Amino acid sequence: MSMIVPFGPQHPVLPEPLQLRLEIVDETVVSALPVIGYVHRGLERLAEQKDFQQDTYLIEHICGICSFMHSTTYCTGIEEIMNIEIPERAKYLRVAWSEMHRIHSHLLALGLLADAFGFESLFYQIWRTREHIMDAMEFTTGGRVMLSAACVGGVRKDINEEQKKFVLEKLAAIEAEFKEEAHVLLDDYTVKSRTVGVGILDAKTAYERGAVGPTARASGIKMDHRMTGYFAYDKLDFEPVVEDGCDAYSRTKVRIREVYQSIDLIRQALAALPDTPLKTPFKGNPNGEAAVRAEQPRGEVIYYLKGNGTDKLARCRVRTPTFANVAPMLHMLNGCNLANVGVIVLSVDPCISCTER
Amino acid sequence: MKIVVMLKTLLFNLIKGPVTRKYPYEEREPFPGERGVILMPDESKCIYCGLCARKCPSNALTVTRAPGKEWKYERFRCILCGACVEACPKKCLEFGSRKQG
Repeated sequence: MSMIVPFGPQHPVLPEPLQLRLEIVDETVVSALPVIGYVHRGLERLAEQKDFQQDTYLIEHICGICSFMHSTTYCTGIEEIMNIEIPERAKYLRVAWSEMHRIHSHLLALGLLADAFGFESLFYQIWRTREHIMDAMEFTTGGRVMLSAACVGGVRKDINEEQKKFVLEKLAAIEAEFKEEAHVLLDDYTVKSRTVGVGILDAKTAYERGAVGPTARASGIKMDHRMTGYFAYDKLDFEPVVEDGCDAYSRTKVRIREVYQSIDLIRQALAALPDTPLKTPFKGNPNGEAAVRAEQPRGEVIYYLKGNGTDKLARCRVRTPTFANVAPMLHMLNGCNLANVGVIVLSVDPCISCTER
Repeated sequence: MKIVVMLKTLLFNLIKGPVTRKYPYEEREPFPGERGVILMPDESKCIYCGLCARKCPSNALTVTRAPGKEWKYERFRCILCGACVEACPKKCLEFGSRKQG
């Protein structure tokens, strides 16, 4: 005899409203049906009614976690339509802020995961470390989350010597503090008993269901859009983080290793900052279409932009990484224990505000 | 098998005391350039051109020239992007800290 248990939209482990209708037999989940639409704000439609330069700030508000990456990807799309080549310094600064966002997103996700398996003190410890990177972002741009630093043609803010020193200090503090927390997440017996072997997603299913980002990389798929070398990634030295455990533990491990990777990338980018202007001046309105991609903390985001020669866009479409990760997540939920649902959902790191816009 | 891995951190926290501030009594200095609120310190410099209102993505600013000249700012519509501060030809807009808002 099966029965339906609603999981969410309001649930202690969920940071955002997502409902999963779980069909269970005894304690085992047989199938899951996602219900979304609780935070739909109509931002794509609103973006068609505003000036394409005002859209930079609007699109930043799609997501509160990867806000800067949304706005830079949008700007890259407009630059592609209008054939604008952005200055070298802007490319490096975009990398630096993107990676700061990746650190803060991964620390947030790891903290929430710790909360999901009931380790409150670890959750607070990780979020305490996260404050360092929030301070670094606030000192360099003036905003903790909404940086508003991207604009069409380059960036609006600069990182001077004093700010660079501050950021590097904060990165060293994160590295030292996070080592202890990563040790707990990876080695503690109790934590491992909740994550190892939970939410299995093998490489073939991950590929077939279109998993992206850390979810795909934890299943052994070497897929990282940064490898294509957009912005200044082609001039920086890094290797995509790949694990082949296919479970929640591997996904945690990928995020932990990516935090260190991002710290390294910011250091490289700040050390190599070239001395050029921040912005390329341009005239006119976008006419044409472009599809651009970028690697966000949760995976690959796709922007489709179409301009018709006026200052307003004809179409702005966003495919967010969480949307691609919902199908693999449902596969993981099949056959799992009801008590593990929270851990599985948060191991994917869903961002529902992104998905619904 | 490793258990109580967190113990070292927990004991350290116990000795070290709280990391948070007693907020209303103790305050952190705001970072320079913090985007807390849009201010116009000297309205006599404003020429009421309306560029800031045109650039604003959230319609938080309204500038009227007739019958009376007025620059109006709605704090709760503002998303603090700073498009107006950049656009102002007379440089009479600036950011203030959160406390000033």
